[in-house]
Amino acid sequence: MFRNTYDSDNTVFSPQGRLHQVEYALEAVKQGSAAVGLRSKTHAVLLALKRSTGELASYQQKMFRIDDHVGIAIAGLTSDARVLSNFMRQQAMSSKMLFNRPVPVNRLVGSIADKAQVNTQEYGRRPYGVGFLVIGHDQSGPHLYEFSPSGNSYEYFAMSIGARSQSAKTYLEKHYEEFADAPLEDLIRHGLHALRETLQQDKELNVNNTSIGLIGPTSEHETKATLPQGAFRILENEAVEPFLQTMVAKSTDSSAPAPAGASSSGAGGSSDVQMSG
Amino acid sequence: MDHFPTNWGRPRNDAYDAYGTFPLPHRPNNDTKDAFASGVQRTQQPIVTGTSVLALKYKDGIMMAADNLASYGSLARFKDVQRLHPVGKYTVIGAGGDISDFQYIQKFLEELIIEEFTSQDGHDLGPAEIHEYLSQVMYARRSKLNPLWNSLLVGGFKDGKSFLAYVDLLGTTYSASTLATGFGAYLAQPILRKEVEGKETELTEDEAIRIMETCIRVLYYRDARSIDKYQLATITADGVKISDSRHISTSWSFAEGIRGYGAQTQ
Amino acid sequence: MPDTLSLSQSQPQQHAFNPYTENGGTILAIAGADFSVIAGDTRQSEGYNIQTRYAPKVFRLTDKAVLAVNGFAADGNMFVKKVRQRLEWYRHAHAKDMPIRAIARLIQTMLYSRRFFPYYVYNILGGIEEDGTGAVYSFDPVGSYEREACRAAGAAQSLVQPFLDNQIYFKNQTPAPGTSFPRHLPLSTVLSLVIDSFTSATERHIEVGDGLEIYVVLAKNSPSIQGLRDVRGVSELTSTDDGERVFVVRRELKKD
Repeated sequence: MFRNTYDSDNTVFSPQGRLHQVEYALEAVKQGSAAVGLRSKTHAVLLALKRSTGELASYQQKMFRIDDHVGIAIAGLTSDARVLSNFMRQQAMSSKMLFNRPVPVNRLVGSIADKAQVNTQEYGRRPYGVGFLVIGHDQSGPHLYEFSPSGNSYEYFAMSIGARSQSAKTYLEKHYEEFADAPLEDLIRHGLHALRETLQQDKELNVNNTSIGLIGPTSEHETKATLPQGAFRILENEAVEPFLQTMVAKSTDSSAPAPAGASSSGAGGSSDVQMSG
Repeated sequence: MDHFPTNWGRPRNDAYDAYGTFPLPHRPNNDTKDAFASGVQRTQQPIVTGTSVLALKYKDGIMMAADNLASYGSLARFKDVQRLHPVGKYTVIGAGGDISDFQYIQKFLEELIIEEFTSQDGHDLGPAEIHEYLSQVMYARRSKLNPLWNSLLVGGFKDGKSFLAYVDLLGTTYSASTLATGFGAYLAQPILRKEVEGKETELTEDEAIRIMETCIRVLYYRDARSIDKYQLATITADGVKISDSRHISTSWSFAEGIRGYGAQTQ
Repeated sequence: MPDTLSLSQSQPQQHAFNPYTENGGTILAIAGADFSVIAGDTRQSEGYNIQTRYAPKVFRLTDKAVLAVNGFAADGNMFVKKVRQRLEWYRHAHAKDMPIRAIARLIQTMLYSRRFFPYYVYNILGGIEEDGTGAVYSFDPVGSYEREACRAAGAAQSLVQPFLDNQIYFKNQTPAPGTSFPRHLPLSTVLSLVIDSFTSATERHIEVGDGLEIYVVLAKNSPSIQGLRDVRGVSELTSTDDGERVFVVRRELKKD
């Protein structure tokens, strides 16, 4: 593994002005399976690839409901995600209790980003090892945010995180201009196509390894009616099937595969990093 | 075992009535004094008070009215007190009850609005959110047995919708198209309901002002803690407007004919 | 013997702040074989003042549980808010709605935890059990509770409960020879009894009136839905379409 003089304490800068522990935390996000998020004028959707440790094991949980109007997909340490998502649930509930108002999505994301920032500065702490894609709906319409352990949060039209997410990003960058006016079914299909890009050669998306989370009016493929209208819901197993059906088979000349996300790990080229072990 | 339940859980005091010869309501009270009672100050009664606040829904939004008097018991102590207060861009609160508690409420709501303003993200607090927050504060204070001694009306207009609700020192809340606190609940509310209920979307501002003047006049005639100087507030799509102090005209000439009231001829 | 009378009066009398008031109104719930009906009037009053003609006292908690609260309105609203919060955390943890008998026990512990500064509220919880039967749970302000077939509470409890005892439990009635009383009444009969209870209570009690909200919770695939379709003023509040269903019927009551 990589090892260097300035990475044992996250409050110490390297001579290049970098915080190595924070960068390692960003690597932890890249270890997790991929999640993709997209947004239109009416909907915001999340798609995630679930991993299983083997034939006998269940698949991991990649999505969490925060409130009727907010949901997240995660990549990285699930246990860190549970801590942060519980904090988000508390924030959402306290907003309901105090003001009877759904918490504005940007403030919710800002609040966990502030929490994460503290861990990059205070002695004796470690950064969170998890990244989120957050979708939400508030007064100003649907939103998609990325949260990362560095304490940054940005809003996106479309985004992906996790292992080999660069491939998904390449797909999204090529198609994002269509998203704003796309109907929900098209948006999800784009999401599935992007998620497919993150798969290893011999793998395929199926009802067991795919989760879809969405906010906005109901799709024709959903069987359950949802109240209050357009609340966040997670589709899994059979419910995903009709959406998988809509996917278009990968053409041979499709977007050039970008270098896999995992290969860009660490700060390979920087001078204060040495190989060890 | 003491077979008088009234004595259970109380400190024993054998000096009094050891044989339980007194009927229940006259049992000695063995309550210990709270040693810290003098160290904690709680509002047990209001001191400088305002009287009624009135509010109604009309075509363009909400209209509220309150006079400018703050009384010290029966003394008309301060005659230029504003009891209608703007909170943010969409809301007015009006207060009856303790004026110092009201000023404290103004202070913490101002802090809340400033905090909200500094986030600059387009999410601002409307009347419904402010009323909810105020209700939580009022209920929390009553639950500590340390109430803010007020009856408050919250009126507002945001996103094309008008809002009008009440909250008081117990945390009791409700909403209606006409509201009145204090004496106004008895004297003005019947007039307001008769004039407004069912006509909320038709009443013009001029008609609403006329109704408010009628109510303020009735209150000035009959409520000894009111004066004839008052303010009107409107909250509409154009925002919050609070008028300068106005004067209500009254006629006392009928008093001439009442024995023992006007100058007597015999 | 010391004069205890004058002793107790010699201390200065303080008029302490009273944190409670009573806001009138009445609530009522009746359980059927595969449905439950929970109703309340919408008047909120204090003394002789009507504060508002529309303040709901009955709240949908989940698709299978409805809670009616009566007594001190501020406590009631806060209590409902806190119950809802607990149900939300349950949803987060278990990805399903809490069963009604668990909600009943939850309410008991929440009420009892305030045993020495009680929520001054009478609760009635109605809905559908996991076995598909209609249920009504009633509570006192400090959490004593039991499952019943019907219960009235609030200002006009003393007017309504005897009527229900007679019409639901058939108290003081004898069945015609060779027949027996039904164990459960059909939905249409129950709705009529509820409406009659409230119109009568409105006539005889000053704190009851203005509006009536009747919540109906139906078990999964309940045939009672047929009779409900053409009831005047009915609307559906169900959030999913594969389980229990919740409806509300709104009616006017006299406003004097």
